[in-house]
Amino acid sequence: MGITLDFGAVLARWPMLLDGAWMTLELAAVATLLGFAIGVVCAVGRRGAVHWVARICGVYIELVRNTPFLVQIFLVYFGLSSLGLSLPAVTVAIAALCINVGAYSAEIVRAGLDSVARGQVEAGETLGLSRLQVYRYVIFPPAVERVWPALTSQFVLLMLASSVCSQISAEELTAAANFIQSDTYRAFETYIIVAVMYVVLSLLLRAAFWALGQVLFVRRRCLGTAI
Amino acid sequence: MGGHFTFSHLEFLGRGALWTVLLSALGFLGGGVLAFLVALCRISGARIVRVGSGVIVQLVQGTPLLVILFLSYFGLPAIGVPVPPLLAAGASLTLYIGVYLGETWRAAIEAVPRAQWEAAECLALSRVQRMFRVILPQAVHIATPPTVGFMVQIIKSTSLASAIGFVELARSGQIINNSLLEPFPIFVLIAATYFAICYPLSRLSRRLEARSGFAPVEGGAP
Amino acid sequence: MSEPVVILRDVHKSFGPLHVLNGVSFAVAPGTVTAIIGRSGSGKSTALRCIDRLECIDAGEIVVCGHLVSDTGLALRKLRLDVGMVFQSYNLFPHLTVLQNITLAPRMVKRLGRAEAEELAERVLGQVGLADKAHAWPEQLSGGQQQRAAIARSLAMEPKVMLFDEVTSALDPELTGEVLRVIEDLARRGMTMVMVTHEMGFARRVADQIVFMHEGRAWEIGPPDILAAPATPDLRQFVGSVL
Repeated sequence: MGITLDFGAVLARWPMLLDGAWMTLELAAVATLLGFAIGVVCAVGRRGAVHWVARICGVYIELVRNTPFLVQIFLVYFGLSSLGLSLPAVTVAIAALCINVGAYSAEIVRAGLDSVARGQVEAGETLGLSRLQVYRYVIFPPAVERVWPALTSQFVLLMLASSVCSQISAEELTAAANFIQSDTYRAFETYIIVAVMYVVLSLLLRAAFWALGQVLFVRRRCLGTAI
Repeated sequence: MGGHFTFSHLEFLGRGALWTVLLSALGFLGGGVLAFLVALCRISGARIVRVGSGVIVQLVQGTPLLVILFLSYFGLPAIGVPVPPLLAAGASLTLYIGVYLGETWRAAIEAVPRAQWEAAECLALSRVQRMFRVILPQAVHIATPPTVGFMVQIIKSTSLASAIGFVELARSGQIINNSLLEPFPIFVLIAATYFAICYPLSRLSRRLEARSGFAPVEGGAP
Repeated sequence: MSEPVVILRDVHKSFGPLHVLNGVSFAVAPGTVTAIIGRSGSGKSTALRCIDRLECIDAGEIVVCGHLVSDTGLALRKLRLDVGMVFQSYNLFPHLTVLQNITLAPRMVKRLGRAEAEELAERVLGQVGLADKAHAWPEQLSGGQQQRAAIARSLAMEPKVMLFDEVTSALDPELTGEVLRVIEDLARRGMTMVMVTHEMGFARRVADQIVFMHEGRAWEIGPPDILAAPATPDLRQFVGSVL
């Protein structure tokens, strides 16, 4: 008995696949930006002198890191609807993704901030820079450069995690796959194609982050060494 | 509206939690064997083995676990290969865990100082002896903290088995919700249960990490 | 006799149970060089760091350019505009070029325009002999060049007094000369300086005042002659062990 594969039937659905891929990228892009912002705020909060802020950030990070994303997205979904809000699935998905990646980014950014030597900070302070200026010009740039690989990996994982958003009917790539396979009865080919698409998206995302790194980190572009 | 949360509900959740633990153990065992193979292939002397396994790692790491689950549970039967849910979940988790853990273990092996390899060579040990008697024991020591940390990822990733109908902890919550219709408190309870299982492992992993000082890429799979 | 630029009066500082400074008192006249010498652990660097409020003192008084440093309500920015500090490990910002390192503070703190700041930077770079290294990255420079760049960075803010914390200790011996020459040149131009140093020969030649720290106190203070003719046995022992 031979196995007949029919990729053509699935590839004929390329508009839906592309829409799904585009939605996946949108979710990933928005959640990356917002999640990074949350991560920075939390990382700074954790290092700060205000004790209760540090504790809240710590609790938030531990809660997110020790519960599955699937459960988090359900909590956000049902939590928002119990508050009477009826938001589109995409919005809920982005909110859950931000909350999730915010916690992981916070730890990565914090490691980066901690990696900046005390002497650097003192040099900035003795030059008369304010606390905020020291953060912005002395601590932040080398910190982000140092953890750029870790951040890249985290945001690629985020893009892959967006597949879970199919469980609340967000119309990203996995949801598209589910629909197409139930329609064409070509489950194997559908998921193989979608898997390949995710791999391509991961590579594209990595390339994009690498390019962004080259633009942001002039020193690395000029010298090619790690900071 | 729904009924009340009774003891039988708690029992049902408990059974789901047990399945979560069982799936995690399965994933860790199967994944562990695969991880060992992956790690060895990735440091192999033969270029084709190294590059080939590297490509497989990239492919698996670039695919969401959910898609791998769907591929094994829906995809394989569609081309005539019958796959019961436990096998689908087990195989998918094994593949996913094996690849990620394999890379962690590879990094641990590579973190063993070059001097150790050279010392073992000078003692005229064969390649296999060098591996098993000198390098691997040290690599195990280095790999322990991130492996313990990764167990948290394994437990969390079993929640996706619910998407193929497996009644583990997350799915039990969904099923109970269908009768009680109080989704938020139920899922808070589910989250708390996962937290209770995962948090001690996270703490242990961090403590081990602080002692050994080895911390690879700080990435977390949700 | 003009008002001293730096005054320390009975300064005490402890780190936990460790009393590092046990009543340090000395003063620095304007346009003069004070060299602080002593064994490791005598409190030299701590005293210096207290002057620029990198450490807060527990008791006593420090007055710098009219600012009461020990006052908790002090506007640190005002103090740091008047005080420049150079560190043992240079602490150049690795992600900025030498020029950017130097123009950062003048632009951000003094609000100089970019062209003005770069002109200023090129001037001080010329002064330390690094005019051709403006667009280099710190890691491309030798230790001596990095330290001179660090001095230029502090100079660009036109401080009234400069503090040097063992600035040659981390350098290979053949590189210390170029840094010491820059410091000597600064002294000749009339900069008020306080330097913690192990370079006895340099201290004797360039300093106007030597402060020998021992057991957390300014044990002996005087002109460089005290190195040749110490008054206390402790200084005699220290000089004997070093020279």
